[in-house]
Order: sequence, then C-alpha cells, then structure tokens
Amino acid sequence: MSALTFTLKVQPKQRVDMSPLVPVNLCGKTVAEIASLTLQCGKQKIPVGDLFTISGDDAQNIAINNSFDKLDFIGKELDGSCITVTGDAGAYLGMGMKSGEIKVSGNVGLYAACEMKKGYLEVSGSVGDFLGAALPGNKMGMKGGTILVKGNVGERAGDHMRRGTILIEGNAGDYCGSRMTAGTIAVMGKAGRYLGYAMRRGTLLLWNHPQLLTSFNDCGAHTLGFLPLLFASFKSSNSKFAEASAAFSRVQRYAGDMSEMGRGEVLVRL
Amino acid sequence: MIINGVTIDATFAEAFPMKATRAIITALNEKWAMIAAQTMTGFATSVIMCGCEAGIDRVLDPSETPDGRPGVAIMIFAMGGKTLAKQLETRAGQCVLTAPTSALFAGIESAIKIPLGKNLRYFGDGFQIAKVIAGKRYWRIPVMDGEFLTEATTGQVEAIGGGNFLVLGQSQAQVLTACEAAIEAMNKVPNVIMPFPGGVVRSGSKVGSKYTTLNASTNDAFCPTLKGATKTELSPDIECVMEIVIDGLSKADIDKAMRAGVQAVCDLGAANGIKRISAGNYGGKLGPFHFHLQEIMA
Repeated sequence: MSALTFTLKVQPKQRVDMSPLVPVNLCGKTVAEIASLTLQCGKQKIPVGDLFTISGDDAQNIAINNSFDKLDFIGKELDGSCITVTGDAGAYLGMGMKSGEIKVSGNVGLYAACEMKKGYLEVSGSVGDFLGAALPGNKMGMKGGTILVKGNVGERAGDHMRRGTILIEGNAGDYCGSRMTAGTIAVMGKAGRYLGYAMRRGTLLLWNHPQLLTSFNDCGAHTLGFLPLLFASFKSSNSKFAEASAAFSRVQRYAGDMSEMGRGEVLVRL
Repeated sequence: MIINGVTIDATFAEAFPMKATRAIITALNEKWAMIAAQTMTGFATSVIMCGCEAGIDRVLDPSETPDGRPGVAIMIFAMGGKTLAKQLETRAGQCVLTAPTSALFAGIESAIKIPLGKNLRYFGDGFQIAKVIAGKRYWRIPVMDGEFLTEATTGQVEAIGGGNFLVLGQSQAQVLTACEAAIEAMNKVPNVIMPFPGGVVRSGSKVGSKYTTLNASTNDAFCPTLKGATKTELSPDIECVMEIVIDGLSKADIDKAMRAGVQAVCDLGAANGIKRISAGNYGGKLGPFHFHLQEIMA
C-alpha cells in the first residue's frame, strides 16, 4: 500500500476547508469516491478531484503535496494515522487533533494545533500566532501532545495551554505562554515581550534571557532534577532539542505571573 | 543428596503469593542513594510484625537511572495490595522525601498502579508542580535543598514470598560465614530480596505458640540448645542453624537465588563446618509454591 496522496493541481483564490480529508472519512473509499467528496472553498463547494490529483490507497498515511497557505483545517480532529504536508499549510492545522502525527515541510498559519488533545505536530518552517492556543472565547488550549517548530512562532503561542509540550527552535513572538494553565514551552531562540502574561501554572524554558514582566519574581539559580528527564524525552525527536549539547539542568528560576496565581515559572539557562 | 560433604535434605521450602513493587531511588552520589534506600527498607524483615518485607534489589549505574544519577533499586513485598500501597507511601514519605538530594522513580511497569509520589505532593502545600514527561507524570515538590522529584505512581505485580533454606553447621562462626557467602552470591541475582538483617535470620519461627495471643514462636525443632528437651531435627554435631529467607518476583527468580545461595554454602562444605541444608515448610498445606532443595540443586 502506498500513501494516499493529494497533489494540488491549481491554487484556488479562496481558502479551502480541508477538514474532510482525514482518515476517518477516507478509509474504505475508492479514489473516485474520494474525488467526488466536496470541499468548502470560499462560498463554493468544490469536488476534491477538481483541486487535487489523487493517488495511492493507504488512508492511514495521507500526503498532501504542493500545499499552500490557504489550505486550512488540515488534519482537523485527527485520530491516529499520519499526515505529511509538503509545502505550506493554512490556518487551524491539526485543530483538536486527538492522536497521530502531522508533519509540514513549510510554514503554517494561525491557530496551528489549537485545542490539540494528543499526538505530534512537526513544522519545519515557521508558524503563525496562537500556536496550541484556545479558540477565541474558549478557556482551554492545547491539552496534550507535542509540537515541534523548527522556525519561529508568532504571538500568543500556548495561550490558555493546559498540558503538553511545545518546542520552538527559533524565536517566539510576544505573549508567549500567555494565560497558560500548565504544560511546557521551550524556546531556543529569543522570546518576545509580555512572556507568560497572566500565566497560572506551567513552565517556560528559555535558552536566552527574556525581557520579563515585573510580575515575575526571581527565585534564584537552581539545578533542577526534572530537566534531565525532560531533555531525555526529546532524544528521539528530529530536532536540535535532541542534541546532547542542548541539554542543561542549571537555570535561573522566575515565578509568576504574580498578578495571577503565580505558580508558573520561567526557567532561563545559565 | 550430598554436595561437598553437605547433606541436602529431601525437603522443600513453602512459599506464598504476595504483592510486590519496585522503586528506584537516586541521589547526588551512591552514598546518599544507599542511605535513602536502607532507610526506606528498614524495619521490614517480616510481614508478621512489620507490615511488609523490603530490601535492596541492586545498585544501579547512572546510565540505568531515569535522571542519570547514581541509584539503588528497592523492592517491597506485602500480603495485599492495600498494605503494599500504604507501606510504600509511608516509607517514601518518611525515608526518601526526607533524604538529602534524593529523587524517587517507578522501578517496575504494570497495569496496576499504586501511588509513589502521587499523594506526597501535598507536602508541597500548593507549590508542587506536576510534569508529564514522555507519558509519565512526575511531581516536583519544593524542599529545603531544592526540589524533590518523584514519579506519581509505580507498578504493583504478583510475587512470591517465603522462599527459604536453613544452614546447619558446627559453630556460629562457621554458619555465619557460610550465610554471608550465600548472601553475597544471592545479591547478584536480580528480582529477589533477602529481607532479614544482612539477609540472615537466626530466629526462624514455627506457626503458633503455647501462648494463644502469638501467631508464631521459636522453631524449637531447630534450636540447638533444645536438642534434649524437644522433638529435635538436629543431630548431636549441629550447634548452630541460620536461615535465609527469599522474596522474589517469580518462582524462577527464587529458584535461581536459592541455587546460588546453597551452592555458595556448599562450596565452603563440610571442611568448614557446614553439615546440612534444610528448608522450612508447613507440610505443604499452606503455601502453593514449593521449592524442593534437591530439585533446585540437581
């Protein structure tokens, strides 16, 4: 069996809702049946076959080739299986995904992995705002799983994050970890302003000293025993986080946000 | 059966089903990991009065521990799951949480989970932090030397307790030397503990007593000073008997440990005052696991 592959024939002018193209909808269907499914594109419904050339038969292993930044909702509520995106992806990539794996070779838009429950998302490029966040009006962002971004991320990464891990090899925009309830965000590059704004619990692990809010209090330099375990868990990942030189256990600890519960922490490598 | 002049009795040790768990204690160095491990497994020689039987499984190389520090694996055995959980939690809280630089991790996987640090977290008074790393939940509890890191749960498994053999010899010194050799050999066998002091018990017991309030009393048939006063199991040349009790995760583990121990005793042999190897049982009616000495040594 080969991966069920969707190769984009033409880039539509309107955004495309890709949420129907998940294994649960595709398993057991022939290529012709899949081609006749419709996707919302702007205010029109377009057959899949008009947008994509379809090949392969393994619906548990989906490939989207020639992807571009208007393909939204790829892997929405994905439950198991694997989706590989070659090119960029639009907004809401992996929204609410329950398990499985999504890999993107390019950049990704807003709200990637928002309200993700479990699974693994890897982005080779950069990601827009609200990575792993809650949808507007909701109180609970990412609840589990792991996100690896090799580029930069936009603002509000991990907003309302509840559990799980976000690994960012590049820089993070403003308000990284804002309103976090728990979980871990690691930033190898630089973090923007208002880091951990209103965070209640959770860990922001930084390689570079950030510009901290005044509502974060210095708790001193410490060697923390959980960090070797955390870095050991990154060993199998295809990232800089897996390198032995990336690991450390000596950190400066800041507690905050004291304007909220103050049980969160910013750990900065020493 | 006679090995190197030592008679192996045609008898068997009778053992019972127990529940067991394993935990890994790490610390800044092996000295403090061992101190925490010894403290945690202290006063745990017999379920009769201690509530559990516990001991050190083995010393772990830093490469074998979750946090890459020197460590010691300990095992605790109890008659039931509830008792085991209670003993584990109490001992973890009083002996490991308190030990400088220590951290505590699960040492065995099982579908049945029992709390390790799950409830110790409340010592953190709200400052404790949970971390889920690679699917496992850990608690970071702030303490005066930094943080006490503990895994939330460990596994509970079926196990066997009460494997044993008796070493009969000419003098205390000779029997003790033989038992020390046995323990040294048995310590190399994984998944077993010898819970008595130094692994050796000199006060073997029988079931019941003339005093109705006691469940167990001295094994008078093997007491050398009672050779002329009770129905003895000892010949005139036996002046000392010591017992080694073994708890293990499986029958195969205990078989292996008993073989290693008995062989070490027999290696010293009759030339060093060792006369017989025997074993304790209750006629085979109480415990479902029988360890026949001659089969093990065959």
